[in-house]
Amino acid sequence: MPSLIQFGPKGLYCEKGGFYIDPWQPVNKALITHAHSDHARPGHKNYLCQSDSVALLKHRLSSNIKVQGQCFGKRININGVDVSFHPAGHIIGSAQIRVSDSQEVWVISGDYKLEQDKHIEPFEFMKCDYFVTESTFGLPVFHWKDQEETLQEINSWWHNNSSIKRPSIISAYSLGKAQRVIENVEQSIGPILTHGSVDAINKVLVASGIKLRKTKKLVEATEDEISRALIVCPPGAMDSSWTARIKNHAVAFASGWMNLRGARRRRGVEKGFVLSDHADWPGLNKAIRYTQASKVFVTHGYTDIFTKWLNSQGINAETVKTQYTGETVDNENED
Amino acid sequence: MKDFAELYLNIDSTTSTNRKIDYLSAYFEKAGQRDKLWVMALFSHKRPRRTVQMRLLREWAAEYADIPLWLFEETYHIVGDLAETIAKLIPPTEHKLDKPLHKWIEELSELKDKADEEKKRYILEAWKSQDSTERFLFNKIITGGFRVGVSQKTIVKALSNYLKEDPARVAHKLMGDWTPNNTSFEELLIHAEPGDIISKPFPFYLAYPLEGEPEDLGPVENWTAEYKWDGIRAQLIKRKGELFLWSRGEELITHQFPEFTSLLSQEGDFVVDGELIVCKDDAIRNFQDLQKRLGRKKPGKKILEEHPAALIVYDIMELNGNDLRNQAQSERREILKNWHRSLDSNMPIRMSHDLKFKSWDDAKELRAGARDKKAEGLMLKSKPGPYKTGRKKGDWYKWKIDPLIIDAVMIYAQRGHGRRANLFTDFTFALKDGDTLVPFAKAYSGLTDSEFREISSFVRANTIERFGPVCSVPPVQVFEVAFENVGLSKRHKSGVAVRFPRILRWRKDKKPVDINSLDDLKALIR
Ligand SMILES: [Zn+2]
Repeated sequence: MPSLIQFGPKGLYCEKGGFYIDPWQPVNKALITHAHSDHARPGHKNYLCQSDSVALLKHRLSSNIKVQGQCFGKRININGVDVSFHPAGHIIGSAQIRVSDSQEVWVISGDYKLEQDKHIEPFEFMKCDYFVTESTFGLPVFHWKDQEETLQEINSWWHNNSSIKRPSIISAYSLGKAQRVIENVEQSIGPILTHGSVDAINKVLVASGIKLRKTKKLVEATEDEISRALIVCPPGAMDSSWTARIKNHAVAFASGWMNLRGARRRRGVEKGFVLSDHADWPGLNKAIRYTQASKVFVTHGYTDIFTKWLNSQGINAETVKTQYTGETVDNENED
Repeated sequence: MKDFAELYLNIDSTTSTNRKIDYLSAYFEKAGQRDKLWVMALFSHKRPRRTVQMRLLREWAAEYADIPLWLFEETYHIVGDLAETIAKLIPPTEHKLDKPLHKWIEELSELKDKADEEKKRYILEAWKSQDSTERFLFNKIITGGFRVGVSQKTIVKALSNYLKEDPARVAHKLMGDWTPNNTSFEELLIHAEPGDIISKPFPFYLAYPLEGEPEDLGPVENWTAEYKWDGIRAQLIKRKGELFLWSRGEELITHQFPEFTSLLSQEGDFVVDGELIVCKDDAIRNFQDLQKRLGRKKPGKKILEEHPAALIVYDIMELNGNDLRNQAQSERREILKNWHRSLDSNMPIRMSHDLKFKSWDDAKELRAGARDKKAEGLMLKSKPGPYKTGRKKGDWYKWKIDPLIIDAVMIYAQRGHGRRANLFTDFTFALKDGDTLVPFAKAYSGLTDSEFREISSFVRANTIERFGPVCSVPPVQVFEVAFENVGLSKRHKSGVAVRFPRILRWRKDKKPVDINSLDDLKALIR
């Protein structure tokens, strides 16, 4: 029986080290995989996260929190337990947390994806005894296209719109997807404008030393700029008075769920781009196989199905109930 | 197939009807005649006969994707569409091949009498040569159900743009049970006059639901009212000694309802519109009885005696070769009455009577009493209005009675599809029956997205047992369930069947002891 990490009522707990990982109830010491709200919750006494997440945590939780940053790959010792952070490729500052002692090696991956972006460090494959994985897109129909192809689709949609002076609104989470879109689209097509909440996150990132492309808030843009712009807006602000003010606009959603025709149609969306910050089916399988873990714990997503699949493949797996949500199909929560 | 795939992607990427019409017209301009006809057929749900079993298709896809069948089934359940599930599961294209749409369809139909092994070889080869969209469309051709948001009206508009012909005429030409196997594009739309084909029905004029108050319709004396019966819409045609009965879904159901052949003994030709119902000893029966008839392709003597059908007629579109559709409703009504009077009294035709009312308040009273008459509400029709084509605002309104309502408790929940794939959206409701609970209705619509999320987290936290996608939950959540009608039914465990059940409200203020009993429900049967 593994003993270094337990799945407790407050979250993943390391008794020996005296810390939790992404707990959902207030604790003394919390190690945080990334700054999304289902993993980084308020109320903990001490936070430890990857350096790039520090400013994000302060911005999202409170500027008064006690938080320490640690760079990727550096190993520290907490009460006899080795802890290190490794790139998860999910969003800026997202990490897999490796926890080990002389008996067991654990990797808690939080949310992750395998595609490589220009603006964040790529997912690091790791070996371990126990691997904790998400399964947001843990069904064999989720098979992402080559990212370049999807970006080309976004570019040509934007280009077509801007050539007829039609503003292009793209829905993307303010933390994560928004920066991925902004950093990876073809800049020469037109100006990139943002919703206030995207702008706020960008400012936090820039202030903490991360290089991002220059963008403008929608309110600061001229009519001409708006007509040619790619406007990055969080899902929660779609269908609101904010978007209603932009005349004759085209709307697109960028999400892994856009892979499903039903999801696209029920949204009434004209355009859906399959772009996810989570691993697809081949990605999950690849990452898990690489670990050679003797046991895999599946925390959120299509947990039951994915666990059953892993077991059928000879990989010892178990579903664990947590309060993580991943990328929700409703596109409303910022996870 | 490439052009068709492009057309499909274009149509699927817009919600604007006008753009869909433009895409379709552009497709008609460049597509071959056979392909055109098949696109029209597929979009109007005239799919080719199925030659491959769905079960086999699933097995082959799972095998080709190298996943266990259970995983295929679970995935299919969540995606909600077989064609899409397969298209997204199987390995990437091996060698692109461009075959015209009609060629694929013809090849599929040739599989009919082939051995399963041969079918499998063909289907796998096909998948290997198609890209993702083509695979989806190819699978859709096999499975049926092209829900692409293209209405008949859209097809008619696009064709009328392409052919530069009046939409009403195009709509008329498109009526009937043609298939690409028994006609050609030229024959159907270019050479023929609609009247050449004696079986051809007129496009039905469809009513809009009345939103708001009847007073908005203007002076009461411009309107007629009649009961709206709960049967199926049908058009009865007698031309040149032949009889045709068409359902609103454009299915020819003449042989299913042999009682109407007696009309061949009557004078003259006619086309009448009405509601097909079951009527015994002068009493109109409920919809369940009609359903028994609709389920029989060749009804036996016993069922004909027990559940005789009749047509309650309310309009006449043609009499002895004369098209009456442009005459006023009030004039057509007089012609219809005279025609009805001229029939022998034993004909299975009843007149839909004009209700007498002097004010809108009178009309409201009639509507309130409609349920006692076994009607669903009233139909309001403007006296000067012509018989229009398709769903057009202005002259015909259906004014349904308020639904029946009962408080019931949720006992099962089922996961939704597509966007709502991780929510529970289908619920089974039960009523008290002594000490036990009896399930009586399944309903899915009626909650807001946030309520769906809330009830879903309740289901997740309280599941007692799982049966595939269905979870049983403790009977604690009370809902108001609305439905149109209720009747006795042997097919249901509860002994009753409700029509169009849906969730009206989540009654968080009520406890399971407050729910209604099965007897309460039975008391609503008229
Ligand atoms: Zn996340």
